[in-house]
Amino acid sequence: MSNQPLLQIQNLRTSFRIGDDYFAAVDDVSLTVNENEVVAIVGESGCGKSALAMSIMGLHPQERTKLEGKINFKGKNLLSLSTNEMNKVRGKEIGMIFQDPLTALNPLMTCGKQIEESMTVHTNMSSEAKRKRTIELLKKVGIPNPERTYKQYPHELSGGMRQRVVIAIAVACDPLLVIADEPTTALDVTIQAQIMDLLKDLQNQTKTGIILITHDLGVVAEMADRVAVMYAGEIVEIADVHTLFKNPLHPYTRSLFNSIPSSTSTKDRLHVIQGIVPSLKNLPRSGCRFKDRIKWIGDKEHEVNPLLREVSPNHYVRCTCYKNFHFSDEDVGDMNYGIS
Amino acid sequence: MLKFILRRILVMIPQLFILSILIFLLAKAMPGDALTGQLASNPKMDAQTLHELKQKLGMYDPYYVQYARWIKGLLHGNLGMSIIHQTPVTSLIAGKMWNTVLLGAAVLILSYLIAIPLGIIGGRWTDTWADKMIVGYNYLTYATPLFIFALLMLFIFGFVLGWFPTSGSVDIRVENGTFAYYMSKLNHLILPALSGAIVSTTVTIQYLRNEIIDTKIKDFVKTARAKGVSESKVYTRHIFRNSLLPIAAFLGYDIVSLIGGSVFLESIYGYPGIGQLFLTSIMQRDFSVVTALVMISGLATLIGTLLSDIILSAVDPRIRIE
Repeated sequence: MSNQPLLQIQNLRTSFRIGDDYFAAVDDVSLTVNENEVVAIVGESGCGKSALAMSIMGLHPQERTKLEGKINFKGKNLLSLSTNEMNKVRGKEIGMIFQDPLTALNPLMTCGKQIEESMTVHTNMSSEAKRKRTIELLKKVGIPNPERTYKQYPHELSGGMRQRVVIAIAVACDPLLVIADEPTTALDVTIQAQIMDLLKDLQNQTKTGIILITHDLGVVAEMADRVAVMYAGEIVEIADVHTLFKNPLHPYTRSLFNSIPSSTSTKDRLHVIQGIVPSLKNLPRSGCRFKDRIKWIGDKEHEVNPLLREVSPNHYVRCTCYKNFHFSDEDVGDMNYGIS
Repeated sequence: MLKFILRRILVMIPQLFILSILIFLLAKAMPGDALTGQLASNPKMDAQTLHELKQKLGMYDPYYVQYARWIKGLLHGNLGMSIIHQTPVTSLIAGKMWNTVLLGAAVLILSYLIAIPLGIIGGRWTDTWADKMIVGYNYLTYATPLFIFALLMLFIFGFVLGWFPTSGSVDIRVENGTFAYYMSKLNHLILPALSGAIVSTTVTIQYLRNEIIDTKIKDFVKTARAKGVSESKVYTRHIFRNSLLPIAAFLGYDIVSLIGGSVFLESIYGYPGIGQLFLTSIMQRDFSVVTALVMISGLATLIGTLLSDIILSAVDPRIRIE
């Protein structure tokens, strides 16, 4: 695996305006993606994963968003690029796969034209060449009858097929980096596996870097090289996939793992992380942000100003509360929802 | 597609039949008749003659006999005689139809020329001062009734400023078919067309603006941006096309206004067209004209809905007529 950094996010803070104030949805995030590396970002809904992805793409509405920090990509800071310069990066050097294939395609354009559009924007290919390449791409993403699909409209395809078209759009110009924002969330389980296999194959062939945003830890185990766990806008733990799965440290990471249903477990009830991710306006801005959801851990276990620290080589954890963390004894008793 | 159109046209036959009964009954339900008002005040006319005249015209026949007579003529393309004008209704309508189509088309084109750019500006640059002006304009035109607005325009530009003629569709002094004739027609058209257009922009602007605001946050627009498509192309290629769909659906219905004419516009501007003819015919109880006009606009409405469906299926691939 090459270790050349492809994308370096430094102290990124993405704030959205609500009323007159700005609230950070991504708070002081630093993350590096190397060439040919798959970095997974996991966390519950509302943790800032998608906000991070959209910040890299520069797709947040400018008038309501404030971006601070640096996103270095191929020697330039994406945050300092003009819209025109950014348009040359989007689709060409960074491709994006969206969550919901049912809405991610323009209903009035044929699939072929939608894939070709990014070639039209970024290259001078002749229409015949574009057509050929599009059919090739459709074949590559596993569409059984590419010539027919080229002329089909999105509504004529199933969800899984549409997601393949979305993937074809993302990789149309051979990007160096692909951001996949929950690419399988809207699909049913069998199709999810197919799409993940496809992404893995593509990654093996093209050696692109991938940022994979997901809350499916199974997907992470299968695909990722490194995993960043995000909570409430911050990265709370980051490590390579083996370390993280073998030795998760941060209470949030451990809670996430504990919430996966297992076929071997004899426990009656699935673990549930108490409470919910605080909304953007109510996010704690100091101290350990996970504190409120593990109330049985005493205040003194948390740092006042928790930082991401390297606890073993390339394994970073935020806050010291992981050291004495244990799952609540009342965990089960407390959450008796009437099932006995 | 062809099958669908044929089927729709076949369905129109019973619809038109029911419509014809309704129109006939409603027309007959109006008090009075064409002769009484016109002739009763005439000193040379006695009640006996009036009675005989009415009998001759079949006005005392039972309704179903009158209806059968009317519908028989209708099926033969004979809309009957106008009692007031003493001419066949067909030629009476044909004479006015072109003026109405001309005015209707002018209103339609002007209305879209004003509404589409304004809707696009308002939708794309929401909440800017330009958008606020457009919304303001919209409230104003929505709240202003056509007959008030048309009168105001007529008063200001016709009487006070004297820029445009105040009535008629052409200057009677110019020779038919010359350049001056067409210029005079145009000159007579501007004021009524503009009044009609400005008042009818509201719906189009509001629809288009809302559609654009809805569409620009859709996922496929994000996909387009993620491809690196420039902002202006995102609008022209992705947002506008999707936002114009409901407007395209209206287009079919607009055909009706083309033929039906506007009673207000034509009456206020003394513009000799179908709308004006309709109004005077009702006043004079010229039944054959009234029923014929309502039948025609009924037919136009049915064709308009069909046209709407065809247009929508042409512009939206998700709607395919099988």
